[in-house]
Amino acid sequence: MAKTHPVSFLLNGEPVAVEVEARELLIYTLREKLAHTGPHIGCETSHCGACTVDCNGMSVKSCTVLTVQCEGAEVLTVEGLERGGVLHALQQAFHEEHGLQCGYCTPGMLVRAYRLLQENPNPSEQEIRYGMSGNLCRCTGYQNIVKAVQAAARKLAAAQAAA
Amino acid sequence: MIPPSFEYYAPRSIGEALSLLSRLGDESKLLAGGHSLLPMMKLRFAQPAHLIDLNHIPDLRGIREDRGELVIGAMTTEAELIGSALIRNKVPLLAEGAGSIADPQVRYKGTIGGDISHGDPGNDHPAIMLALDAAFVLTGPKGQRTVKADGYFLGLYQTQLAADEILTQIRLPIPVSGSGWSYQKLKRKTGDFATAAAAVMLQMQSGRVARVAIGLTNVAPTALRAREAEAALAGKSLDEASLGEAARLAMSICNPTPDQRGDVAYKTAMCGEMTRRALQAAAARAAG
Repeated sequence: MAKTHPVSFLLNGEPVAVEVEARELLIYTLREKLAHTGPHIGCETSHCGACTVDCNGMSVKSCTVLTVQCEGAEVLTVEGLERGGVLHALQQAFHEEHGLQCGYCTPGMLVRAYRLLQENPNPSEQEIRYGMSGNLCRCTGYQNIVKAVQAAARKLAAAQAAA
Repeated sequence: MIPPSFEYYAPRSIGEALSLLSRLGDESKLLAGGHSLLPMMKLRFAQPAHLIDLNHIPDLRGIREDRGELVIGAMTTEAELIGSALIRNKVPLLAEGAGSIADPQVRYKGTIGGDISHGDPGNDHPAIMLALDAAFVLTGPKGQRTVKADGYFLGLYQTQLAADEILTQIRLPIPVSGSGWSYQKLKRKTGDFATAAAAVMLQMQSGRVARVAIGLTNVAPTALRAREAEAALAGKSLDEASLGEAARLAMSICNPTPDQRGDVAYKTAMCGEMTRRALQAAAARAAG
């Protein structure tokens, strides 16, 4: 049995603890040890973005991060976007604007768009395309993904103004 | 795809990392952002027995100004470079170049020191460092030494960094105010390496080239400084004739590897075109 390392981190706000080999990639820990199958395995070569999760305020491709590097981290997956049975504005907007077809890329798209809007709450179309360029979609042609991010940005801004 | 087994170490200081590196020797690799090394390990192009993770060493991060130079910790990420007001104001070429690397997710993890140390001619920082006349601080068991970017890159995956050393700092002379700059990169898609790219720093005086530095990406086993092209431009105005001559001289030193991005003739021609565009864009931004 190879040497393992204890790793503790916050997953969608809940503390979790796992024992992993140093070579274990975060995507496998999330999917196989922690039953969070929202992040998908696409290319496994850090190109496609299907495995994107948020780690310490950064969008990362969890196929290219070692779990052992996540000690003490705050990790957010698509499962953490919804609150109390209410979809996040981005999830609702992807639904309303038809920002998905097969849905395989969607968890990565949503989590990446979440961080993009945290950093830039009112992005231009060009900024959305640049900021989302690490996530591939083979169905939509991206038009409706861009529209969904724009719609979510407007909705979040309106909610902020009302608060 | 899962990397082969290795032992993992997370030192908290440069000294601790250096003693691990000396103790573990040739079987160890330094882990920076991991977006070149981990994919290579998945493909078994690299199989280190020990990984020394540099991500927990505060002294390797940060950007500061020091007597006419910018001092950048080697583990500063591309996203941090792009987001730095100091970089954007003082060395905008570096922000522009970093913004052309890979994609947003990779830029959160990828580091300037990793990009430079890897010695991959497809990486973008080496040519930018040549254009900026950068120097690198290498720290080893016997102390520090500082080497110029020009001469640092020896061959494919080969640099002057010794096996027991860590690249700890990048030092950039702050360009004189009014300098023009541009990084022009042709790539097939987001995330791809350059088919060819050119980095230019330019000072103009009375409409003529007072000083120019040109670095070239991915057209030879290392990044190249296009010295003949620079010399040909000195004292000239930038017109069709001088731009054409500079592009021709840049192309004359190209020795690209043919691959799915193109054959030798195409990559060489694109290097000329990127050189021409970078010079024009830099001239549009230069004062005088």
